[in-house]
Amino acid sequence: MSKLRIENVVSGYGSMDVLHRLSLEVEEGKIVTVLGPNGSGKTTVLRTIFGVLSPKEGKVFYNGEDITGLQPEKVARLGMSYVPQEENIFAALSVQENLEMGAFIREDDIRQRMEEVFELFPDLTDRRKSRAGDLSGGMRQMLAIGRALMLNPEMLLLDEPSTGLAPFLVEQIFERIQALNKQGVTVFLVEQNAQALSCADRAYILEGGEKKAEGTAHELMNDEEIGRVYLGR
Amino acid sequence: MVEVIVYGIVLGSIIALGSVGLTLIWGITDLFNCAHGDQITAGAYLALLFGGLFSRIGPLSNPVGPFSFSWGLLISFIPAIIVSIGLAVLVDRLVYKRMRRTGAHFITAFIASIGVAWAIRGFIYIIWGADFHFYSQGLRGMVFLPAGIKLRTDEIFIMIVAWAAVAAVYLFLGRTKTGKALRALADNPNLARISGINVERMLIWAWGIAGLLVAVAGILYAIETQLRPEMGWIFLLPLFAAVILGGKGSITGALAGGLVLGLAQQVSTLFLVPTYKPAVAFIIMILVLIFRPTGIFGRRTA
Repeated sequence: MSKLRIENVVSGYGSMDVLHRLSLEVEEGKIVTVLGPNGSGKTTVLRTIFGVLSPKEGKVFYNGEDITGLQPEKVARLGMSYVPQEENIFAALSVQENLEMGAFIREDDIRQRMEEVFELFPDLTDRRKSRAGDLSGGMRQMLAIGRALMLNPEMLLLDEPSTGLAPFLVEQIFERIQALNKQGVTVFLVEQNAQALSCADRAYILEGGEKKAEGTAHELMNDEEIGRVYLGR
Repeated sequence: MVEVIVYGIVLGSIIALGSVGLTLIWGITDLFNCAHGDQITAGAYLALLFGGLFSRIGPLSNPVGPFSFSWGLLISFIPAIIVSIGLAVLVDRLVYKRMRRTGAHFITAFIASIGVAWAIRGFIYIIWGADFHFYSQGLRGMVFLPAGIKLRTDEIFIMIVAWAAVAAVYLFLGRTKTGKALRALADNPNLARISGINVERMLIWAWGIAGLLVAVAGILYAIETQLRPEMGWIFLLPLFAAVILGGKGSITGALAGGLVLGLAQQVSTLFLVPTYKPAVAFIIMILVLIFRPTGIFGRRTA
């Protein structure tokens, strides 16, 4: 069953369209990735899904329900969490406060969930009281994902979590994403780094706001032409 | 020298009070509220109004202990603060909310806030005129501390009340969920929305806190000096400088910035003609903008 689906979406900034009648689908329980170069519209896809941008045309469906144009603060209440690529932490708040804000809409006790997040990212545990803006790049990325996980989301949208990280950290991040997926979280991952294919079930290739290819991660990885043209092999 | 520093702290406390609301609103909505200074004035005049009413009740016209002001004025803090909060929230709902909804540019809102500032001041001119007013004509008590330090009793009151108000807001912002959400929103509005924080509801809190603190600042400043229609407007420059020094959306920064500004302005009078006080604020603001545009506690980008 499809968890998330966008149909013929046209979206962009002002009069400039970035996505041209784009349709994508994410199946429940899977990791689906969108690969593409800078400026291909990857971030715009996520912003449009989460309601940061309203599409000019087309529809967004979540759990079969039409959520097109719903405001982000409402989308957050549907069990979907979004980790933007940049400015994805509250730099002036402490690590713990960042996680508390991730759980803002929850009225129940969040302490247990916070401990679970600290277990998933043990490096953050000693830095609970630190100002998030003082963390290293890798820890910031962990915190950004941790914040999104505080809601126990059914689905996670991730925008290039590997940006600016050392290769061993990139591997760690992808491993954590897989671990989360095994716990039942559906993941929609947007990446420039072709390594994302290693953890994904299915993938799309995006360029100029249009879908250039799609298939299982395995198929795309072994497709010579795609490897040469889009994945830089 | 010591007296200059003490007075600098008094002035700094008042600037700090005003700057908290300013930085919250700036951080959340990108609006640099030019009416903030005149809201300070409005707070002071509201206390004059209510204080005058209360003081008609005989016993309330007596001065409070060693201070220059009456019990009537002390009680008038409450209604003045309430009306000031209401005014701040109302202006936001009537003027800026509309502009947010239509996606107006922040410069448009900035200019609208100049209009609000002039409207508030015009209203004060109409009702109270251009003359100076005082809360009381009474004598101002002095305290003599060791080392030859002289302080007005009023100044001790001002510092205690100012920092009690700041401490209360600081605790609210640091300990409660709503307070943390306000800081989160001022720090990173987009991420806050993504986290499910309702911006419009939080803005009522932000303007309410601003309204509370400007009223306290205005009344305290009027106790120290006198009431005149431009008393708050001339505070705008040091307020902006304090907030820029502290960094966009940073509460701690605004408090520290306020103190620095008050002290710097006052200490400068040892070397400069007092007329140049606003220039000191301006120079600090320019230096910060050149050398550290994100402020001392501002958002740092990786």
